[in-house]
Amino acid sequence: MIEIPHSSRRSVLTGGVTTLSAAGLVALLGGSLPAEARQSNRPGQDVQLLNAALALEHEGIAAYQIAAESGLLSADILKVGIAFQSHHKTHRDDLATAIRRLGGQAAASKSTAEYAAALGVSALKTQNDVLKLALGLERGAANAYLGLIPSLEATEFHLLSARIAGDEAFHAAILGNVLNEPIPQTAPIFG
Amino acid sequence: MRVLVLGMGMVIGGALLAGSAAPRGNAARGGDLYRTKCGACHSLDNNRVGPAHRGVVGRRSGTAPGFRYSRALSSSNIVWTPANLDRWLTAPTLMVPGTAMGFRLASPQDRADVIAYLQQNGSAR
Repeated sequence: MIEIPHSSRRSVLTGGVTTLSAAGLVALLGGSLPAEARQSNRPGQDVQLLNAALALEHEGIAAYQIAAESGLLSADILKVGIAFQSHHKTHRDDLATAIRRLGGQAAASKSTAEYAAALGVSALKTQNDVLKLALGLERGAANAYLGLIPSLEATEFHLLSARIAGDEAFHAAILGNVLNEPIPQTAPIFG
Repeated sequence: MRVLVLGMGMVIGGALLAGSAAPRGNAARGGDLYRTKCGACHSLDNNRVGPAHRGVVGRRSGTAPGFRYSRALSSSNIVWTPANLDRWLTAPTLMVPGTAMGFRLASPQDRADVIAYLQQNGSAR
């Protein structure tokens, strides 16, 4: 069961859910710069890749925000969207923490209007349209994080990427179920 | 006779090697792959996390209008031929160290299919 905080929809969606990130990632990474990153001949490579992943999370957060404010979602679907958006905020914070630990600067979010244009949201007319967009983004994100793993130099970030991929795959499965998509008959489903 | 057999073997082996290096792409399957594997960051017509892809085959690297590239890719001076796209999708950080693109598409057939799809979407709408 998904619990929704006792505040307005807008404040819930814009407030940010950041509690897990710093403590969680430091624990995950052991609180120091990963050995592979220290020894790498290309110390900025992981920063570049993690920042691209961060940009993906910024876009996902914006997409759920736009969906929530569209007026197209039922109350139950809105609850699911709020929960998924909070997961993406945690991903965002974990990635930003990792980037800063590597000495990099975390990429900033663009404006909501820029995301809306890039995602073509003006074409969304129904709840199903919104859900199909979300499913495409989540499914793509699961694959993107899995495909990113071999390019990351520090093994600690392999784990981070895999964990986020799992979350995205979970989101995609839920959204596919809501849309009555058939269960894939062949595996692997992602990656 | 022995030389002839050996020569034929080399020809057949060479053909097989050539075939395995560049499988024939299926653009329809490539479209599905593009949506499910590339679609988190890319679309044909909009710059998102990555640049818009319509017309990418034959384009010079770092030149999609309006997209802000990494310094590494901006200065890489690559023409996106099918062969270069295959190398890129195999391991982008090995081809252009410092790039922001890390996604690897491991299957040669998947790469060929995606490249065929991109070739099919080569001109402006």
